Amino acid sequence: MAIFLNSDSKIIVQGMTGAEGMKHTQRMLAGGSNIVGGVNPRKAGETVEVEGKSLPVFGSVAEAMSATGANVSVIFVPPAFAKQAIVEAIDAEIPLAVAITEGIPVHDSASAWAYNVEKGLKTRLIGPNCPGIISPGESNAGITPWNITGKGPIGLVSKSGTLTYQMMFELRDIGFTTGIGIGGDPVIGTTHIDALEAFENDPETKAIVLIGEIGGDSEEKAAEYISKHVTKPVVAYVAGFTAPEGKTMGHAGAIVSGSAGTAQGKKEAFEAVGVKVGKTPSETATLMRDIIANL
Amino acid sequence: MIAEGAKIAQEFYFSVLLDRSNRTFLSLCSVEGGMEIEQLAVERPDALAKIPVSAVTGIDKAMAMEIAKAGRFPEELIDSVSDVILKLYEVFVKEDATLVEVNPLVLTEDGQILALDGKITLDENADFRHEREDMERDALDPLEAKAKAMDLNYVKLDGEVGIIGNGAGLVMSTLDVVAYAGEANGGVKPANFLDIGGGASAEVMAAGLDVILNDPQVKSVFVNVFGGITACDSVANGIVGALNTLGSKASKPLVVRLDGNNVEEGRTILKEFNHPLVVLADTMDGGANTAAELANG
Repeated sequence: MAIFLNSDSKIIVQGMTGAEGMKHTQRMLAGGSNIVGGVNPRKAGETVEVEGKSLPVFGSVAEAMSATGANVSVIFVPPAFAKQAIVEAIDAEIPLAVAITEGIPVHDSASAWAYNVEKGLKTRLIGPNCPGIISPGESNAGITPWNITGKGPIGLVSKSGTLTYQMMFELRDIGFTTGIGIGGDPVIGTTHIDALEAFENDPETKAIVLIGEIGGDSEEKAAEYISKHVTKPVVAYVAGFTAPEGKTMGHAGAIVSGSAGTAQGKKEAFEAVGVKVGKTPSETATLMRDIIANL
Repeated sequence: MIAEGAKIAQEFYFSVLLDRSNRTFLSLCSVEGGMEIEQLAVERPDALAKIPVSAVTGIDKAMAMEIAKAGRFPEELIDSVSDVILKLYEVFVKEDATLVEVNPLVLTEDGQILALDGKITLDENADFRHEREDMERDALDPLEAKAKAMDLNYVKLDGEVGIIGNGAGLVMSTLDVVAYAGEANGGVKPANFLDIGGGASAEVMAAGLDVILNDPQVKSVFVNVFGGITACDSVANGIVGALNTLGSKASKPLVVRLDGNNVEEGRTILKEFNHPLVVLADTMDGGANTAAELANG
């Protein structure tokens, strides 16, 4: 069983008719995702031909859901309009919304998140600024290359897109139940802990890779959660040991402030609860191989 | 924020900031201002009120008064202080700030509440909806300024191995792996962070190499690309194009590690290009070692 996304998922794409939206709708379809339509209020009623499939464009998420039975939305809307798109998905109470968009102002993501909380968290939000979620062999909601790995027993949760790809590629002979890129922004929907909880409860996931990076305290909280609630083996990797204080390293959230958010602190938090931390991505993959071999 | 000739009767503290750990805003308020707030938080945590602020409903007059009360302001100051809190929150929202801090907020002898000194941190993601071009910012390193002008995501560091990669996480990781490799190679370190993004086109690759090769400290360059969305053959073509564009300006050894989509095609392109400065690496760890050795040589 995959988590959050599986072969029954029906996906709509908010911003499908834009350049990025169209490119990735094509890729997702080619990889076997069940895309059932798109949302763009200015093009409502039109139909778009993609990969030999006629996809209807709807005026709103709610309309798309009632017409198609969609239960997942992938959001490719540009930063200036992304908050509105996320809020629309929340209002429609779609079970899963995946916000790929990079560069959303943090006031917008904070207010969208607060709105989701106020509405009773009916929507699981993944991202923003993330590669999305992939359950290999079942469905792909986002921009992860669909053929990077196959189905297998590993669950992966990561703040970084390319490190997700790297890890899935290194362990592609073993395979994954689900890989989730939670994103590198200061305010995100799904956290390391949310993914850990779901992997722990998923009978097909046998071991978990967690990828973190400098900034915030998501990794420290995850370590505490693991010590209390996770019985499956976890290996971790943390990026950013050489990052200087006060400099944003690419991701808006990747910044060491004073003594807070350092890679060393995160590594120590994991090791204190018995989670092995790889020194490099390859070493982390090797740690996971050893675990799988000894299951 | 200068208040001329103000005679200070009392100093207070107020800030509102993004609390990323709780995914909300947070206001901090204390009638005991002027000192380092970190010190106050440690020594007298009771004196520093921490009130969460909803990013949807924000701070209204009633809440501002509540914050002032929690900060232990005396009854007669609650009204005027809460007006200042309201104004500062307005700035926080209007300017897309992640921090608005006033320390000290003062009461003058003639009964005015004034912001005497403060700090504001702005969210760069929101630059598109503000006019911030003319603003005075913290000074950038000259290479950082050059990179910024070319729209590159570059941070100058103090080291000898130039780094180019795609994706923030992978580049951060590359810096770490190079630093480890440097431990066995005369202590060489990564010279910079440079994320050329998913596309890794020839133009961006050339611009990135141009910035890195202008760093006089750099002795070798490590190009570490994982072809996820972008295939490795187009990245390889990007490197070929960049080296052709740079010509004799490309003067330092370039260790290239490609992995992922179409990796064989990518490596073949670089092998056939046969540039004297390009060294191909099979793995990230191996590439980092080679680059560190070359920088130490």
